[in-house]
Amino acid sequence: MRLSLGPILFFWPRQTAEDFYRQQVNSPLEVIYLGETVCAKRRNLKPADWIELARELAASGKQIVLSTLALIEAGSDLSAIRRLCQNGELLVEANDIGAVQLMADQKLPFVAGPSLNIYNAYTLNTLYRQGMQRWVMPVELNAEVLGDILSDAESLGIGDKIETEVFSFGHLPLAYSARCFTARFHNIPKDHCEFVCQDYPEGLPMDTQEGVEFFNINGIQTQSGRIQHLLPYWRQMRELGVDLMRISPLAQNTGEIIGRYRQVLEGATDDTSIDHCLSAPTCDGYWRRQPGMDSIAAG
Amino acid sequence: MQLVCPAGNYPMLKAAVENGADAVYIGFRDDTNARHFAGLNFNDGSAQKAVRYAHDHGSKVYLAINTYPQPAGWERWQRAVDVAAAIGIDALIIADIGVLAYAAENYPDLPRHLSVQGSATNTEALRFYKTQFDISRAVIPRVLSMTQVRRLAENGAVDLEVFGFGSLCVMVEGRCLLSSYATGESPNTCGACSPASAVRWVETANGTQCRLNDMLIDQFDADEKAGYPVVCKGRYQVAGHTYHAIEEPTSLNTLELLPQLQQAGIKAVKIEGRQRSTAYVGRVVGIWREAIDSCLRDPQSFVTRPQWMQGLAGISEGTQTTLGAYNRPWQ
Repeated sequence: MRLSLGPILFFWPRQTAEDFYRQQVNSPLEVIYLGETVCAKRRNLKPADWIELARELAASGKQIVLSTLALIEAGSDLSAIRRLCQNGELLVEANDIGAVQLMADQKLPFVAGPSLNIYNAYTLNTLYRQGMQRWVMPVELNAEVLGDILSDAESLGIGDKIETEVFSFGHLPLAYSARCFTARFHNIPKDHCEFVCQDYPEGLPMDTQEGVEFFNINGIQTQSGRIQHLLPYWRQMRELGVDLMRISPLAQNTGEIIGRYRQVLEGATDDTSIDHCLSAPTCDGYWRRQPGMDSIAAG
Repeated sequence: MQLVCPAGNYPMLKAAVENGADAVYIGFRDDTNARHFAGLNFNDGSAQKAVRYAHDHGSKVYLAINTYPQPAGWERWQRAVDVAAAIGIDALIIADIGVLAYAAENYPDLPRHLSVQGSATNTEALRFYKTQFDISRAVIPRVLSMTQVRRLAENGAVDLEVFGFGSLCVMVEGRCLLSSYATGESPNTCGACSPASAVRWVETANGTQCRLNDMLIDQFDADEKAGYPVVCKGRYQVAGHTYHAIEEPTSLNTLELLPQLQQAGIKAVKIEGRQRSTAYVGRVVGIWREAIDSCLRDPQSFVTRPQWMQGLAGISEGTQTTLGAYNRPWQ
């Protein structure tokens, strides 16, 4: 089982993001994804900057993947994505079908990101024929369905040709909108948002009126209020044929969390608890075919 | 410009056709469509009857197969496509890539529309679906501004259909899992958002609470009208403030944009609401028919008539209407 680091979903200052990635060069991860996947307006790092940073990180020997925007609305968004897709050397994670088309045009391999709707092996097969070499399971699917999909993929003859990655740790990306909910909280229009999301390096919690954590606002993206933590299920994942577990960065303690995942995967410990590192409770419902916010084994 | 109207059952289909629908879209009585509600939708027999009635009266029938099949249920989606072809459905509205592949391969002559749940918001995505499955039309998500819609239409890769009226999803369709996070069921997987089976109303001394799988979505004073607890339309707490943190219960109404949509080359306008009543469908379709005809006759001097707007406002969810994302400041 390999470990990957997903793209930073929040809007961090350029220096913070660069420092964060430079620290990861020495971390026990095999794959690092980077790029802006949430909001086209966030340009602390422009496509050329992401590519430059990615090339620098690639010297470490880790696999570096450029992640693209999940919601592509304007022509200018497409130009930025085209730039990433035509970087010439690095693998790309397509988070919208538009990016899949751009990669297929060049006959280049790509990773199908978690915001692509892949719910069955027939879809996997179509994307495989366009160059997909790895997919990240949609976060609302579960262990049982993953097993079914991979067994169908086997029957279609593509079982050993694609890698499977599971979003294992972090606030789950649940929804995308044309509206910015961080700007809405500040009562300012999105077109004049002043990048207020930069003030919330781990998002802005949205609780019920009874104070129960429910969602996490991250600009136009709505995340789970709880933090998914699937490390306790890593053996089951391995048996199902999962190749990579993805850790989604938080502003605090990501290094410690990666360390714990690595220790458990290497058999150095069976202790999967990480609650002391987190500012929100954990959940694991989706994996167990329950409401996503449910939690039993986590922690 | 075509008027595409909803029907959750046969009487609704008749009402839509009688009031001037160019096409009516329906779904089968299972999770293959995104309005999988108890007592709603068509079986093979009523679907066949619907096709016959619509064809006899000069209308078309589209079948929505707009959810995402998982391996265990695949045969139901396959069957929906097979039955549609057998009973003479005029076009399929499909979201899933696997289902599109199946339909394109087995029934190449049966037109395929990309469902709004397929989340195609840009020219490259449209090109993918056109190249792979030769779709003839795409229904585009309710997240684009009028300028963005215009640009997409200019590109001309495929004909476009937009939403004109009805409930408003603030999230990109096909990319929202809030409901399954709370209840285990989502539009993508089960064809249901905030399903009725997870809803509980609780009367307390302070008013009515509405809960979704026990999570408090909203509470209403005695003098407030308690709304259905759709997960994105609740009042939540953010940094000590309690408000509609995602979306207020409003409806989409783009009637005044008709000349702009027509000029942009939009081929069809869709009315939402298969889950609403026969009376609702008849009334909305009648008003939109009149408006489209008036716009087609003379787009330059098109104005929305007060009786249309009042008629539509009176039957909207939350009784407020908005232009939604078509109007940039809303974003």
